[in-house]
Amino acid sequence: MLRFLLRRLGHGILVLWLISMAIFALFFVAPSNVAQTLAGRQATPETIALIQHRLGLDLPVWKQYLNFVTNAVQGNLGYDYYHQVPVTTIIGQALPITLSLALGAAVLWLILGVTNGVISAVHPRSLADRGLTLFALFFYSFPSFLLGLLLLYFLYFKLTLAGFDWFPAGGYTAFSDGPGAWFQHLVLPWIALALLLAATYTRLTRGSMLDVLGEDYIRTARSKGIRESRVVVRHGLRSALTPVVTQFGIDLGQLVGGVVVTETVFSLPGLGKTVVTAINQQDLPVIIGIVLFASAAVVVANILVDVAYAFLDPRVRLH
Amino acid sequence: MTAALELVDVTAEPAAIQGRSPLALALRRLRRDKIAMISLAVIILIVLMAVFAPVFAAITGHPPNEQYRDIGLTPEGLPRGPNGTFWFGTDDLGRDILVRIAYGARVSLLVGVFATAITVVVGVVLGLAAGFLGGITDTILTRLIDVVLSVPFLLVAIALVSITGPSLSVTVLVIGFFSWASVARIVRGQVLSLREREFVEAARSLGASDGRIMFVDVLPNVLAPVIVYTTLLVPVVIVTQATLSFLGLGLPPPTADWGGMINSSQNYYTTAWWFILFPGLALLITTLAFNLFGDGVRDAFDPRADRS
Repeated sequence: MLRFLLRRLGHGILVLWLISMAIFALFFVAPSNVAQTLAGRQATPETIALIQHRLGLDLPVWKQYLNFVTNAVQGNLGYDYYHQVPVTTIIGQALPITLSLALGAAVLWLILGVTNGVISAVHPRSLADRGLTLFALFFYSFPSFLLGLLLLYFLYFKLTLAGFDWFPAGGYTAFSDGPGAWFQHLVLPWIALALLLAATYTRLTRGSMLDVLGEDYIRTARSKGIRESRVVVRHGLRSALTPVVTQFGIDLGQLVGGVVVTETVFSLPGLGKTVVTAINQQDLPVIIGIVLFASAAVVVANILVDVAYAFLDPRVRLH
Repeated sequence: MTAALELVDVTAEPAAIQGRSPLALALRRLRRDKIAMISLAVIILIVLMAVFAPVFAAITGHPPNEQYRDIGLTPEGLPRGPNGTFWFGTDDLGRDILVRIAYGARVSLLVGVFATAITVVVGVVLGLAAGFLGGITDTILTRLIDVVLSVPFLLVAIALVSITGPSLSVTVLVIGFFSWASVARIVRGQVLSLREREFVEAARSLGASDGRIMFVDVLPNVLAPVIVYTTLLVPVVIVTQATLSFLGLGLPPPTADWGGMINSSQNYYTTAWWFILFPGLALLITTLAFNLFGDGVRDAFDPRADRS
């Protein structure tokens, strides 16, 4: 187990290192005019050179990269170009927002997806099954920004017009500033994200539930006279959940790294929206920091999935 | 007389039990799937709309980028709703939304087809190589697949497009670059078990080269999952392209594309519902048709798997 974890961690660090090099190379191949932007229109070439020197942009690329890695290993991801705020601070401010969004939506989509999947699997080819499958495919096909805008139109704009001021148009309130307001700001983004992702889970749960319900031990359980609901949930669902857990780890890893579209549509200043802003301003340290953080989230999620697999299915050995 | 009839029956029978290839069987099942066939009809209609986009412009008399600031905008400068001249209304610059949707279909379909093609070709070749050759090739390719799959795709795609500047080929390349890894992983997994089968050994004992075995003997056996994955990839690619456009990284204006239209409609959704509704519907119908069709293809190729 420990050897497995160490090997996977080493592997993950290698992946992150490769990604950091790739991004660094990419952004330095492209012409940057950050110094020009910072200096303003009237700047003399000397001012621009000075700013470039202060940002370390006058050094050769390999040296800049070496500096970056040396600092990164010590937990310093550099400072943003515009306000000299540490990138770690920026990530620290945006992360709770992205986490609130991702985790809240996760609760919703798991409930929705797994329940629908179980209903479909228990009555395959029934009207309910076909309806739920179509429902899942419908939302799976929905481009996320379109779904977000649609929710805003009906649940914010139309409801507010009708005098029900339930949902704001966007923005974020921290949980510590009032759980009620926090909830209100996040309900629509949660729904938008959950409807989209639930579809995958409905399909997954349905498929693996159907496999499991055909197994011998389910028949044994039924022949012992155990209640059908108990057979389905305790005996069936438990082993059918393994692929669901895998998918959940992968999705959560991706989402923690930033939910670009949903955050943009609902003006939530999470990691996704922060990186979009940084990209528009060519704020290299912020971009690299967040992309690396997001990749790390995916890497860690993948390791956790493998570990969870071993716990759920005793036949799986880690090595 | 009766003897002659029987004779005819006997000769007719062998023709009736002709062998069908798995592909032919799958196609037969697909043709019987009503939802899949309706979806295919919708897809064909969208393709026709894209091909004949200039006809839309000719019939309405409105070129896609022509700004009708006089008749296409209200006196307050707002978009005009659907009417006899502009069937789907106008956008914020007084352009005909119907015509722009027809032209936008070209972008979606072109990106959908080309990015999917690149993804599948690269993914299949590298997946075959990794699974079949094994050894150091497999180690390196598997690492590469891991790296690509660990990259937060949309973040890096946005970053890339912002560096290079948006264009059709950049969008296609970026999407292809990040999508091949999933295909390669599927193909590699299949090839790993196929490699040990007798027919591979037979081919090798006949003196076939690695390349020949990979592409002539092994490849046809992985086609089914690849075909299924490909049909389901097209809508994903179309949505990705629209998402990039929506985030402001689509084709440079004034080119019409659906994501970009939805992006510019955002500020008008309270006053001009048609501005977001029609491009949104076009995008939704397209992805829905492709997904329903892909679902049918999956069922047709794998009848054991229940409609999941």
